[in-house]
Amino acid sequence: MSGVVGVVVFPGSNCEMDCIESITQLGGEGRLLWHGDEDLCGVDAVIVPGGFAHGDYLRPGAIARFSPVMTEVSRFAADGGPVVGICNGFQVLTEAGLLPGALQKNDGLKFLCQPAILRVESSDSLLTSRAATGDRLSIPINHFEGNYTCDEETLMALRDEDRVILRYIDNPNGSVDNIAGVCNEGRNVVGLMPHPERACNELLGSSDGSVLLGSLLDLVT
Amino acid sequence: MKFTVLVDVRLRSGIADPAGATIERAIPVLGFAGVSGVSVGKIIRFTIEAVDKEEATIKSEELSTSFLTNPVIEDAVVTLSSMDDDL
Repeated sequence: MSGVVGVVVFPGSNCEMDCIESITQLGGEGRLLWHGDEDLCGVDAVIVPGGFAHGDYLRPGAIARFSPVMTEVSRFAADGGPVVGICNGFQVLTEAGLLPGALQKNDGLKFLCQPAILRVESSDSLLTSRAATGDRLSIPINHFEGNYTCDEETLMALRDEDRVILRYIDNPNGSVDNIAGVCNEGRNVVGLMPHPERACNELLGSSDGSVLLGSLLDLVT
Repeated sequence: MKFTVLVDVRLRSGIADPAGATIERAIPVLGFAGVSGVSVGKIIRFTIEAVDKEEATIKSEELSTSFLTNPVIEDAVVTLSSMDDDL
């Protein structure tokens, strides 16, 4: 029996159904959670999906943290619940203070929509437990503000504590230290710019995303 | 007292500013020479009520750092002017 993965929907989210579809394909159960909800309906994990939550007004993710559901997501994360932020969801989690750093505009002035080859840097995370360190995964990116940045002290902590879980092989956006995905100190909150939910079927050009989302499902099964 | 507040949000040094870079590259095409350091930020305006300017400043600065800017990538200059002076 598989656990239930809640997928938060903000006004402007646009990847929630891809998340639900890939979770279902992988044998899990997905459930949409409206941003105005004040409870998580007992789900076993939460995905904050990609899109443009609240129109990305002010800054990407800046308004989303005030949605009622985010109070519950923060509480869930504080209790050790698994939370994943993908793309705009990663931006939301940094703005909400659940993950360190910020996502600035890409180097090179371009919106990027292309496959990216990622190197798994740590298998000790809720998204990479099915992978081995050094594995390469092809997962698409789709962003303008995906250039991860943080202060030097935070970067040292991320490295020393093995919290960089994914790096780009060929850095497409200028992210510091080629960072594509990080986790929090408790390792139960993960954010990444690439979209694993768009790479769970060979018809889409890659099924490598199933390694990541499958790892999440292993955790809640 | 009522104050008009301007929050001038700027990208911190070293943070990518593709809009500023693009504008700067276009300027010489128009024949303007010697223009450099172009950066694009935003200005947020609001009014605030407080007992005095000190309280209004503290509240505005707090709003700026906790919400209007992301301190990882942005700085802001907060400027207040009393609306009561206009009366």
